[in-house]
Amino acid sequence: MNWTWFHKLASPPHFYRLAGRITPWLGWPAFLLIVIGLYGGLVLAPPDYQQGDAFRIVYVHAPSAWMSMFIYGMMAIAAAIGLIWRIKLAHAVAAAAAPVGAWFTFVTLVTGSLWGRPMWGTWWQWDARMTSELILLFLYLGLIALRASIDDRERADRASAVLALVGVVNLPIIHYSVYWWNTLHQGSTITKFGKPSITFDMLWPLLVMFVAFKLFFGMVLMLRVRGEVLRRERDASWLREELTR
Amino acid sequence: MMQTSITQAMALIYRGDLILAFRRWEQIAQPVVFLAMVTTLVPLALSPELGELREIAGGVLWIAALLAALLGLEFLYRSDHADGTLEQMLLSGQPLALIALAKTAAHWTASGLPLVLVSPLLAVGLGVPADALVVLMTSLALGTGILSSLGAVGAALTLGLRRGSVLLSLLVLPLAMPALIFGARAVDMAIHGEVARGPLLLLGAMFVLSLTLSPMAVAAALRISQE
Repeated sequence: MNWTWFHKLASPPHFYRLAGRITPWLGWPAFLLIVIGLYGGLVLAPPDYQQGDAFRIVYVHAPSAWMSMFIYGMMAIAAAIGLIWRIKLAHAVAAAAAPVGAWFTFVTLVTGSLWGRPMWGTWWQWDARMTSELILLFLYLGLIALRASIDDRERADRASAVLALVGVVNLPIIHYSVYWWNTLHQGSTITKFGKPSITFDMLWPLLVMFVAFKLFFGMVLMLRVRGEVLRRERDASWLREELTR
Repeated sequence: MMQTSITQAMALIYRGDLILAFRRWEQIAQPVVFLAMVTTLVPLALSPELGELREIAGGVLWIAALLAALLGLEFLYRSDHADGTLEQMLLSGQPLALIALAKTAAHWTASGLPLVLVSPLLAVGLGVPADALVVLMTSLALGTGILSSLGAVGAALTLGLRRGSVLLSLLVLPLAMPALIFGARAVDMAIHGEVARGPLLLLGAMFVLSLTLSPMAVAAALRISQE
């Protein structure tokens, strides 16, 4: 098999140009889909028979929750690639992804809390899902903090990569223990508003938003990786040529 | 020159670390005193009523023990890093993961085990019935073992950093949360006269898993710190 495309992808100049070229191709569809999804979710979809209009927060909440976990997994894969093949660009991707993932996690928690207020009558429940999301936020913050406190770039990259891998091994353990913890403690006090077999009118905006958030993340990631490359390669001659061109 | 086998090397490192730890006995005593103090704070803050204290004793003892065990973690590799012993370990040709395992075991013996031994005394103070003490000690032995294994990864990652100790707790505590869940749960069940086998077995599984995987992560982190 021909691996040149892989090595080409790993070269900062090539990736820098490529990322610049595909950013609009991710950004504009993301923008369009967010507009469509929000219109579908906030205007077209019928109100829920139990929750009324409050359920509409799902169109932000669920895609964010999905992204928060997806980004951690993606970051761990990037970290592993960086550790195994010593590809610096992979570390740059992991570094660029962590704050975005943390922010999606934060958005998930805030929207969940806003949703919980009218539904459960409280801002916060020590519910299994919310708790594991909170722990996920702590894991992200730990990663960001570790990277921030190591001055040497190479060491910061590799240490964060090890931590990301340790985290990804622990995530399922944390997730399931938190899940059991809550079911052990008490029967779910939160009345499960068990997915009232969601109608298509409600579902399609959600799916659109899922895709839109993915694309949006792709765009943000490309911008941030370009930023990382600029910072890391600031003394490289190719960059000077690239910028003066 | 005679070749040192890895078992000999591990035994030597374990012994050496213990000798060093016992020469500086205050390092062993401090976490124990910390545990005792935190446990004393609870009746002062909440209620001197033994019946009420018994309800929360499992959680309190576990949280206090986790925090106490965190205290000594940053010293795990610090002196080795400072005086160059760590470089010699890397250059020795011995499998670094097993050396890390020996260091973790020594650290647990010097910091985790004293906490386990003193815990029944504090538990009685919180109104824990005598038949729950075995479960308490077992769960804490496994729990401090898990924390030493996970903490060794954190200690290796934060080696030689400014404000490494705060960062270390930030990294390690989320990973230790599952152990806390099942450990505190086991003690709670034992206090209420139930059979605590389930959570204890899960705790044991976590212990084996962390003991198996963490030395490799420690070895990777130590190599990175010395590059």
